[in-house]
Amino acid sequence: MIAKTSLEPESADLEAAPERLVSALPRAEAPGQLSGWGRIPAPGRELTNERFEALTRGATLARGLGRSYGDSSLPALPSDKVVSSVLADRVLGFDTQAGVLRAEAGLSLAAVNRLVVPQGWFPPVTPGTKFVTLGGMVASDVHGKNHHIAGCFGGHVRELRLRLADDSLISCSPSQHADLFWASVGGMGLLGHILEVEFQLSRIASPWIWMESERIGNIDEYLAAFARTATEWPMTMGWIDCVSGGSALGRGILMAGRWATPEEAHRQPPRPPRERKFPFDLPNWVCNPLTVRAFNTAYYYRHVPRKKRGVVSPDIFFYPLDAILEWNRGYGSRGFTQYQCVLPRAAGAGAVREFLVEVTRLGGASPACVIKDCGPEGQGLLSFPLEGTSIAIDMAVTSDTQRIVDRLNDFVVAAGGRIYLTKDRFTRAEHYRAMEPRLPRFQAARDKWDPARRLRSAQSVRLLGDRA
Amino acid sequence: LKAVVLGGTSGMGRSIARRLAARGDAVFLLGNEPEELKRSAADLSARHPERASVGHAPCDLEQPQGFAAALDAADTALGRFDTVIITAAMFASQAELEHNRELMRRLVTVNYAHTVLFCEFVRERLLARGGGHLTVFSSVAGDRGRKPVGIYGSSKAGLSVYLEALDHRYHAQGLNVLCVKPGFVKTAMTAGLKPPPFAGEPDQVAADVLAAMDRKRPLLYTPRMWALVMFVIRLLPRFVMRKIGF
Repeated sequence: MIAKTSLEPESADLEAAPERLVSALPRAEAPGQLSGWGRIPAPGRELTNERFEALTRGATLARGLGRSYGDSSLPALPSDKVVSSVLADRVLGFDTQAGVLRAEAGLSLAAVNRLVVPQGWFPPVTPGTKFVTLGGMVASDVHGKNHHIAGCFGGHVRELRLRLADDSLISCSPSQHADLFWASVGGMGLLGHILEVEFQLSRIASPWIWMESERIGNIDEYLAAFARTATEWPMTMGWIDCVSGGSALGRGILMAGRWATPEEAHRQPPRPPRERKFPFDLPNWVCNPLTVRAFNTAYYYRHVPRKKRGVVSPDIFFYPLDAILEWNRGYGSRGFTQYQCVLPRAAGAGAVREFLVEVTRLGGASPACVIKDCGPEGQGLLSFPLEGTSIAIDMAVTSDTQRIVDRLNDFVVAAGGRIYLTKDRFTRAEHYRAMEPRLPRFQAARDKWDPARRLRSAQSVRLLGDRA
Repeated sequence: LKAVVLGGTSGMGRSIARRLAARGDAVFLLGNEPEELKRSAADLSARHPERASVGHAPCDLEQPQGFAAALDAADTALGRFDTVIITAAMFASQAELEHNRELMRRLVTVNYAHTVLFCEFVRERLLARGGGHLTVFSSVAGDRGRKPVGIYGSSKAGLSVYLEALDHRYHAQGLNVLCVKPGFVKTAMTAGLKPPPFAGEPDQVAADVLAAMDRKRPLLYTPRMWALVMFVIRLLPRFVMRKIGF
């Protein structure tokens, strides 16, 4: 029975009647199915309501805008109560002097930016898309182009408000219930449903970015360039051609940026970007080794001169792919995954080169490959980055994907690296355990706060041994 | 404007309150859940740090004895409001209303009798100060007796007729009555239903509503496509309406 009574037509009175489901969110999935950004669906439904705090009672998993690629935000069982935070998007406090923002967990980063940039602030850390919620940013402990100096998002969070597995409400911070706090940061929502997030913003000198980009001939040059730019630039990242081998192995385009000084910046603030929607699913065959190679070669040589510099808007610098809404349809209806791992600096430059050799040998890579040097590991118990080199490769899903992921995971385990749960859909539990020495501490935190393992996801069943 | 929004904590009411605040209008929130009011008022205040903070007071459409005090509170905070927007109402499915007599009595009372009563309090105040805007959310469900929304629709039909008469009677005295008839809009209320091709977003509805108020229109179908849909539905002969499930 779907019915409700309420004094406000758009909301359910949760005590009196059951909630309704969201089917209207911009995600390409059939009714009765949920999927992450990689569009590999799982049976399930999500509930949404403005009264998110009440809605989370009895829920096994909370999700936001569904931008994690794999199964982090998918239910373990079709009957699990999954709740969406997207209507919980209220700003609860914004101290424009101190730069402290507190908001409900469903507030999107896009909305945060619209609010804080005109006041001379910016989120301390931003991932490569602004279509994520604050709750998701904490649960994934996202990192950005400034990881080598600013660390992950969780390091800037001052307080979280959570709904725990026993349905009680609790606030935690680095000084209050610190164990719960650091297990929740990067904890994929498995410690408690994130209801509110309070975090520290960063001052910006202008609302514009000074960017330099440079064509890089191969992977050895790349690593040297990262080492050189890390000390000079607060923000760096690179696109990498993951299909070319030989002397061109790991060629790409390195981007470095910093906030422009008021003198460099344009007089007017940046205009909101024009967004276009990817109109339909591309046929599955469009993204194939030949087209990927052709695209990568064209993209690489289109960057003339070899080095470019200038003032660009933050949207172009941080979120180039956000200009095309639903770009994930470009991989076709079969869906796609992203393999993202970090290889520790201790493994040496050779490890990165060998990894790329392995990637080109295995095939399957798409044009979207990204490389970034990471700074020291954060305090989040399952936080992804560690000091070294992170590589992210989009792959259209084929019958070969599981084998490719297995081979790459063998390599990463041997190198002492790890994968990023937020992107993962195919890693095996034994591989994950082998690459995650912090896992026992994380599970101990769950033993304390959710001994019955009520909070769970398809991913926690797959990787952490939760019961379905 | 100095606008009072009853139902501004969620759905289309939330979108309207945000758009009003964003363009610099003063906003005061009324609603029946104190915690929600507090959070929504904080949201509107925090989004516009340069302006005065947004006030709120309790008002429950099931409790008409509180209407005057709620409007007094709004008057005090805004310094005599000139605009009242009502998005609050009850909704339940036809099946549930047929099954639950008490719920049906409450819904019909709130959506028709108490909403009209609230509008009468507002009308009196606005006419005494030379006019203003009264914008009320009715529904396309009130345009025709339809199988899936018979009881709910009838409560909205009564409301629509009242609003039309109010416009005819007091337009010349400066009272701008706007009856909003939303079609399918993607909110928590319609979540779980398969959206039709021209389903609307709450923010688009809010933009349409403010534009219609600015142009002093008496009636708004939103999204606009619903004006055409309901035009056709109103023309259908009764033997057809008996057959179809719409």
